[in-house]
Amino acid sequence: MDIKDIVKEENLVYKKTSLMTDKVLSYCPGCGHGTAHRAIMEVLDELGAQEETIGVAPVGCSVLAYEFMNIDMIQAAHGRAPAVATGVKRCYPDKYVFTYQGDGDLAAIGTAETIHACNRGENFAIIFINNGIYGMTGGQMAPTTLKGMKTSTSPYGRDLGSMGNPLKITELVAQLPGTYFVTRQAVHTPAAVRKTKKAIRKAFELQKENKGLTFIEIVSNCNSGWKMAPVKSNQWMVENMFPFYPMGDIKVDGVILDKK
Amino acid sequence: MGELKLMKGNEAIAEAAIRDGVDAYFGYPITPQSEVIEYLMMEKPEERTGMVVLQAESELAAINMVYGAAAAGKKVFTSSSSPGISLYQEGISYIAGAELPCVIANIVRGGPGLGTIQPSQADYFQTVKGGGHGDYRLFTLAPSSVQEMADFIELGFEIAYKYRNPVMILSDGMIGQMMEKVELKDQKPRLTEEEIKKLHGTWATVGKPETRERNIITSLDLDSSKMELHNHHLQAKYRKMEENEVLFETFNTDDAEYLIVAYGSSARIAQKSLALAREKGIKVGLFRPITLYPFPAKALETLAPQLKGILSVEMSAGQMIEDIKLATKCTVNVEHFGRYGGIIHSPEEVLVALEQKIIGG
Repeated sequence: MDIKDIVKEENLVYKKTSLMTDKVLSYCPGCGHGTAHRAIMEVLDELGAQEETIGVAPVGCSVLAYEFMNIDMIQAAHGRAPAVATGVKRCYPDKYVFTYQGDGDLAAIGTAETIHACNRGENFAIIFINNGIYGMTGGQMAPTTLKGMKTSTSPYGRDLGSMGNPLKITELVAQLPGTYFVTRQAVHTPAAVRKTKKAIRKAFELQKENKGLTFIEIVSNCNSGWKMAPVKSNQWMVENMFPFYPMGDIKVDGVILDKK
Repeated sequence: MGELKLMKGNEAIAEAAIRDGVDAYFGYPITPQSEVIEYLMMEKPEERTGMVVLQAESELAAINMVYGAAAAGKKVFTSSSSPGISLYQEGISYIAGAELPCVIANIVRGGPGLGTIQPSQADYFQTVKGGGHGDYRLFTLAPSSVQEMADFIELGFEIAYKYRNPVMILSDGMIGQMMEKVELKDQKPRLTEEEIKKLHGTWATVGKPETRERNIITSLDLDSSKMELHNHHLQAKYRKMEENEVLFETFNTDDAEYLIVAYGSSARIAQKSLALAREKGIKVGLFRPITLYPFPAKALETLAPQLKGILSVEMSAGQMIEDIKLATKCTVNVEHFGRYGGIIHSPEEVLVALEQKIIGG
């Protein structure tokens, strides 16, 4: 059988969305960023929102997100993406606007911008990739680095006494009246990707209804920064990250869920 | 003739922004310029023209809101004062690198550090020599009256869009706070989204239709050979500004043997010093740069051969004096005089300095 007999329209089970460019991803093999990118772009494709969307890329591993997302995008200074998105959305209230930020960008240098955009209830989506490490600069400690976790700036493990505690910024922003939907997801299994896509879709739909800020944390791996093989890193994530950063919705329809 | 009003400089610049069809203002309060955002909030420009006004959580946020709105093709204005403008520098560097048009006003106060809330001209270096990181230039207009505070909004945006470059209106606490008669222009309509797409759709992030490649606003290129080319492009643009956009004015320079060079508030004060000197028979002229970058170097160089000395009058320890020396290629003696740290020199003090440092020197 020739390959041409297989590659036919009727045999198609999956197609890359045209909202992802053909550029080869610059992420390390095994990293969750590519899957997260694709999840967002597939949702925007399903919503037919390419022309109605303006994205904001951060500083960090996903600084070049605009190379892969086939939409109009702005690259922001480190931590300032929520301010940049505020500037765009206030001028274009009918467009879909989102930021895509890592943990250093969102929860360290950009904490003020994150908190205040959430508190004002800015009507855009924040997609927050939490892998507990600074990947781009070579594996330094992040605000979300777990207790005892080794990084290049906590080589003997994060010592809470001298280095502070891992910051649960997602639970923190859920407390603010301006956030309408706050959830924590992952992209390490097909089931997790489906849930993440559902959450992203919900966020964009809520944005269309002017409900306020929607916040989606995606707990992800950093196999290079964690110095693990990709599969091992995902196992480690499930065993160590998920207990501290539990999966699921935190705030729905503006109400914090009771998780007793 | 437009509407005549008695206004503070800070109010005039805010009113002019509404009338010029500005889409958005983002700012953070700081003395001596808080009247800009206070006036805008009081005026409800969202009802007058649909203009967005937002008080940001910090200057860092404010300048990045400007970056976002300008990236999306909107006409954006912001203002602050010295310590706040220091916080703007990161954003200004990104705006210059990404080639975004916008107008920023600095109502300068005395420094360094938290300094004082009184007028100063000590942010000259920061404005015209860089401020933020990297090789970029801020087109800089220096108003010396409330009228010019209003007029430079329109002029500033013209330049900003012509060159896709940030424009700084470098004012100070004296012009921001004082009241004068100002003639206001008629209301211009804001651009519609369709007009923005037509005018700026080739570069602005207005939403990607299938018919064009995506628009990306970034100051980043990890390929240094491309970044060098981008820098060449920026430099070529700056040379064009230097060639075409220099503004200055002169008073009594035809027969002048001595020259005072001063901008903004100091130029107003120096006009009185000039009158006092002429009464005493001193042949002195005044040269007032209106654009500080590009600096009117050629015009100064042309004047130099007839001069016996130049006094640079600035409310700083002497910053513009370096550009005067460069312009005149050290063919004339140039001295500095100015009070600073929030103190404004008097016309008489300037005259004494002229007599002692230039004529007697």
